[in-house]
Amino acid sequence: MTTHVPGDALVSLNAVNKHYGQLHVLKDINLQVRKGEVVVVIGPSGSGKSTLCRAINRLETIEGGTISIDGKVLPEEGKELAQLRADVGMVFQSFNLFAHKTILENVTLGPIKVKGVAKGTADKDAMALLERVGVGHQAPKLPAQLSGGQQQRVAIARALAMKPKVMLFDEPTSALDPEMINEVLDVMVQLAKEGMTMIVVTHEMGFARKAADRVVFMADGQIVEDATPEEFFTNPKSDRAKDFLSKLLTH
Amino acid sequence: MDVILENLPLYWNGFLRTLFLSVVSGVIALVLGTLLAAARVSPVAALRGFSTVYVEVLRNTPLTIAFFFAAIVLPRLGVKFEQFEIAAIIALSTYTAAFIAEAVRSGVNSVPVGQAEAARSIGMNFGQVLNLIILPQALRTVIPPLINILIALVKNSSVAGAFFVLELFGYGRQLANANGDAVIPVLLGVAFFYLLLTVPLGILASTVERKVAIAR
Repeated sequence: MTTHVPGDALVSLNAVNKHYGQLHVLKDINLQVRKGEVVVVIGPSGSGKSTLCRAINRLETIEGGTISIDGKVLPEEGKELAQLRADVGMVFQSFNLFAHKTILENVTLGPIKVKGVAKGTADKDAMALLERVGVGHQAPKLPAQLSGGQQQRVAIARALAMKPKVMLFDEPTSALDPEMINEVLDVMVQLAKEGMTMIVVTHEMGFARKAADRVVFMADGQIVEDATPEEFFTNPKSDRAKDFLSKLLTH
Repeated sequence: MDVILENLPLYWNGFLRTLFLSVVSGVIALVLGTLLAAARVSPVAALRGFSTVYVEVLRNTPLTIAFFFAAIVLPRLGVKFEQFEIAAIIALSTYTAAFIAEAVRSGVNSVPVGQAEAARSIGMNFGQVLNLIILPQALRTVIPPLINILIALVKNSSVAGAFFVLELFGYGRQLANANGDAVIPVLLGVAFFYLLLTVPLGILASTVERKVAIAR
């Protein structure tokens, strides 16, 4: 495990706990993510990795411990929470583009309504972002007219438009057809290269190998391993991780 | 038939009164109902509780009770009106608002939860999430049931006739009393004028339903 200076962490989870009824989904989670770091969270389904990701911008509440972003503890509700969320980009498994807004509006809505950016500027920035993720020509269309891969790239542009300090990806390719997965991963790899701080929950081991600085392996609500991709894939320490990897690699 | 033609001005007058009652109560009920629905889905527990109690009480008691409250109990509590019409509008709009709140709430629930999560994730506050993302999508699914509620409102406004408000039904009753030999044509005339309001609303509902279906 790499060592961190505490003040250095952009995202910091300390002794985070959460239950769903009887189920203890997050058990004493401690995780520090430094600026510019790409952390890939993997693990079997039900291990709590999505819950962890969603807790970081408080789409899931937590019962114990603290989560802080850039030194500020995540507030419970209200204006401060909204402000903090604006600094944390989120990309969902099911894209969640605003169904009644055009692709361009999906990207400009946040900057205009939340940050008060002038429409002209927001439109220009949004077009640049859409070009960057390769869907510029789709700007006037509605989300339902785009393929899944295109929608997910728009969702990434929408999150980037807020100029976030950190991007969270909650299984961004799990709802995609196989031939569309790469177009989304390519955008994410590019983003990682440009130095964006990213926390990515995924089953794409190729992405983890290629772009991750660290792999965090979760099982049964706990962080079981936290290592470099090299270390994790070639020499997993825990039996749980060995078991998980063997299942992946036999097919 | 003669009795209808002879009293056409009276019918017309009643029709306009009913239209007035329905439109004013309808507008108030739409605003109040949407606010109640917003309260019902808000993060504030007290607002949710108030809205739930309001909707359950008004929706599950007869409209006549609402009228008695507005026309008799409110004046005793010191709220005096010049005309009974005001009481009728209060009763009709508060009663109808409960149904509108339920319809809007079901529309809000029909919008996938991911839409609100995405909106919150880019830093929108509760009001922005509701006004910019949820309600515009919810209203499309809610318009047909809302029109049904408004049709019911038009018909319910006839209860005002029993509380000394001269609207379509009130005039109809007067006419029926005055023309004991022609009660059936008189009432058919009343029915015709109600249909003149409600049938176009029904047609509007089905047109809207076909047009605003949202692609996902």
